[in-house]
Amino acid sequence: MSESFEPVIVGFTCNWCSYRAADAAGTARVKYAPNVRLIRLMCSGRLDPTFVMKALAGGADGVLITGCHPGDCHYIDQNYKALRRFLLLRRTLKGFGIEPERIKLVWASAAEGMKLANEINTFVDEVRKLGPLNWPKWDSNGHAALQPRSEQVMEVTA
Amino acid sequence: MSMQRISIDPITRLEGHGKIDIFLDEKGDVANSYFQIPELRGFERFCVGRPVEEMPLLTNRICGVCPEAHHMAAAKAADAVYHVDPPRTAKMLRELLYMAFYATDHTTHFYALGGPDFIVGPDAPVAERNILGVIHKVGLEIGGKVIQMRKYGHETVEIIGGRKVHPASSIPGGITKILSEEERKHIEEMGRWAIDFALFSLQAFKDIVLANKTYLDLIVGDVYTHKTYYMGLVDENNKVNFYDGKVRVVDPEGKEFCKYEPKDYTKHIAEHVEPWTYLKFPYLKNVGWKGFTDGKDSGVYMATPLSRLNASDGMATPKAQEAYEELYATLGGKPVHQRLAIHWARLVELLYAAERWVELVTDPEITSPNVHKVPTEVPTEGVGIVEAPRGTLTHHYWTDERGIVTKANLIVGTTNNYAPIQMSTNKAARNLIKGGVVNEGLLNMVEMAFRAYDPCFGCATHSLPGQMPLEITIRTPDGEVVDVVKQFVD
Amino acid sequence: MSDKPKFAMYWAASCGGCEISVLNIAEKILDVDANFEPVFWPVAMDAKYKDVEAMEDGSILLTLWNGGIRNDENEHIAHLLRKKSKILVAFGSCATEGCIPGLANLSPVEEIFATAYHTISTDNPQGIHPQPTFEVPEGTLTIPTLKPVLKTLAQVVDVDYYMPGCPPEPHQIAAVIDLVIQVLQGKAQLPPKGAYIGCGNSTVCDECPRARNVKHITAFRRIQEVAPLDPEICILEQGVPCNGPATRSGCNARCPRVGAQCIGCYGPAEGVLDYGARLITAFASVVDAKEPEEIEAILDGIPDPTGQFYRFNLADSLLRASTAAWKKNGH
Repeated sequence: MSESFEPVIVGFTCNWCSYRAADAAGTARVKYAPNVRLIRLMCSGRLDPTFVMKALAGGADGVLITGCHPGDCHYIDQNYKALRRFLLLRRTLKGFGIEPERIKLVWASAAEGMKLANEINTFVDEVRKLGPLNWPKWDSNGHAALQPRSEQVMEVTA
Repeated sequence: MSMQRISIDPITRLEGHGKIDIFLDEKGDVANSYFQIPELRGFERFCVGRPVEEMPLLTNRICGVCPEAHHMAAAKAADAVYHVDPPRTAKMLRELLYMAFYATDHTTHFYALGGPDFIVGPDAPVAERNILGVIHKVGLEIGGKVIQMRKYGHETVEIIGGRKVHPASSIPGGITKILSEEERKHIEEMGRWAIDFALFSLQAFKDIVLANKTYLDLIVGDVYTHKTYYMGLVDENNKVNFYDGKVRVVDPEGKEFCKYEPKDYTKHIAEHVEPWTYLKFPYLKNVGWKGFTDGKDSGVYMATPLSRLNASDGMATPKAQEAYEELYATLGGKPVHQRLAIHWARLVELLYAAERWVELVTDPEITSPNVHKVPTEVPTEGVGIVEAPRGTLTHHYWTDERGIVTKANLIVGTTNNYAPIQMSTNKAARNLIKGGVVNEGLLNMVEMAFRAYDPCFGCATHSLPGQMPLEITIRTPDGEVVDVVKQFVD
Repeated sequence: MSDKPKFAMYWAASCGGCEISVLNIAEKILDVDANFEPVFWPVAMDAKYKDVEAMEDGSILLTLWNGGIRNDENEHIAHLLRKKSKILVAFGSCATEGCIPGLANLSPVEEIFATAYHTISTDNPQGIHPQPTFEVPEGTLTIPTLKPVLKTLAQVVDVDYYMPGCPPEPHQIAAVIDLVIQVLQGKAQLPPKGAYIGCGNSTVCDECPRARNVKHITAFRRIQEVAPLDPEICILEQGVPCNGPATRSGCNARCPRVGAQCIGCYGPAEGVLDYGARLITAFASVVDAKEPEEIEAILDGIPDPTGQFYRFNLADSLLRASTAAWKKNGH
């Protein structure tokens, strides 16, 4: 089973630096592992931990988050928020039995296509070694938070 | 060959789940009965890993009828874990909240839960065995008073604890609430009203129950009697105290068997496991587990209002002490073994709770801002014991050096009484069901055997099928009419 | 018998607090009595399971269900009452999101048993654990079996409305009763199915009287280290982790008013998909540090993030349970 296990990784990349780095890698024909499904955010600071939970609950074996180097954020300092969320998220996921090594944060500038490709390959290897996560497919039927939002919530002031 | 089985499922008019299976032999007499608890949630496991200051909040959710009891036991255990002694005002505020809760809780049990069986009649029609039947019997004003008592008790809990259910203000080292003079005055008014209400309830008990020969026979008779050990918390004068003290146990003859500090409970109590139920059976370790039997040689003990009175040398407040003396004079001295007398003992405790409520709230230091002492020692391990209305409640936590819980052991109030409850329902079933004659009234009388223990819940006005005419007048303590609520009355 | 609409209230893996909160509506309970005929309410009246089984499908107009689905009996009764009820309300935090008993989803069921039946005061040298069936001389005794994870009501049956809170506050319960009575009298309409009722549209912060400023947290504190708190200023600002920012309003911020942090018993605010994730975002946003080591040092002030962020909501989060809980038993 482990020989044929290919991890599924979801990668959240920021538009200004790391997404362009991935692009650059592609243009330069630098190969990197195909396991990562890239999702472009305008900024790493847009990374809501909910996305990571959803990815893991939905079948991902690992999640990669990439952003601009500290000090280089297109929106000044939102990547620091990403860093703080990432650190707190990892601690929280540990309580669920999810190994901290399944979530990774990488800084990469638009020019660092090679570096990003290497980081991706390394990460895929690390997750391959950890093995599949195989989170149960809890059916979304009846999941309270996914109920259709009602416009009319009855508000009562105390 | 399997026997005929009668299943009472679920048992009703109590908190929590349970079922009673009664097996009949070929003659239609009871061969045996089993009182099973079908639920387990796992608090002792999932509290591990939680910061110890959350325990008064998490353990609230063990029971939403008596969260105050768990809140206090947890707070005291957390104090012990941190080796910190809260300031006097903090302890008084906690105990004050606790007394208001006690008064409310004992009230709802007597009037709406166990009481109706007793006051209306044990095999009265189902439709009358509830608070409305009680009101019909003793007068419409009663309903209003019961609602008022519950209101006052919960209001006091809310002022000091933040909420009516699941109080939030006790932390290691004290409490987060400073009482204002305005709040203090209001709580005092409510407390004085509670004393009058308690005296009224005791009188009602005498007029309706004790004056009725059939009921009196039921109380003093053998069907609901067991001679066991009795447990309760006592202060330094061996008087009943719900919030603090040492645990005292007396034997079936009333002699002191042991008296221990909370931290020593494992030297005296052990729990027995049976495979047919989720709840365990505590017993006295130094006597031993001999099965579900009475007597000095059996480690079975009871922890209820009656047990507390039996295990003590009296009540710490004057009116309650008078009521205590009257109970024992009437029932022939200490200790009293008849389980239905627990209902009477509960009312004596109601009076004590109300008197203690006023004592605490009129103490000059109750409004002091000195309500918390920051712990300075490294947290390790601690035990907190209080008397829950249903019995002695023990919380024991171990933590790491950061105060994160690594292990927890809880022995909860009603758990103490599980063996006595099994024995009481068994004896009642054997005595009441004979020759295959089974009807709803008799089954209810079997259920009465456990209701005396007040397995946790009360209901001020539970409603019924049928159209009961009802008019309730709500008054302030000065007698001014606040509201009049009617149904089916012109 | 009366022709009043039928009413039921049932508890599964819960604590009884919801029942007490209903009673704390005081005189208003008479409005319930005037407008409904209770047919099944184990805490209050003597109807049994067999009586429910004998009822016609859909004959109970309104059922308030509190408690999570912990064992097979809870699940069976959930299906039974769903069949017999027109309107089924997930009442309180246990039914809506699992509440405190949902924390058991961080351990496998075997560990719950291993802990409960082998505590320091338990005398059990033979390692007896309760069994779903057990033969006694007179016959076979049964008790329900615990399921591998605790579920919310909506995770096992179709739910019409949700009423959050541990427990729902009495003034909210009274408001919902008023609404239902108005509906019965043709004076109002029920909200759309799936609605959250008896609560607010915002967060606890909105109801909190404390002053809120821009937060720069340089340390998270345990409340016993800093009590009593300044009564005027936001609790989170004083470094004590308060879940107000992501918790639904409706309770009137009672805990912050008494000097204690909000622990999140009213569940996720409107529009929140994963409660814990939102809290992680909120807390991380106010941490005042940029270097990883500094940040980690500040985060050390929250020693139990999983419990802090999922205390009431674990069973309804996106992940729902830890690997330990579901790995061995499979789904």
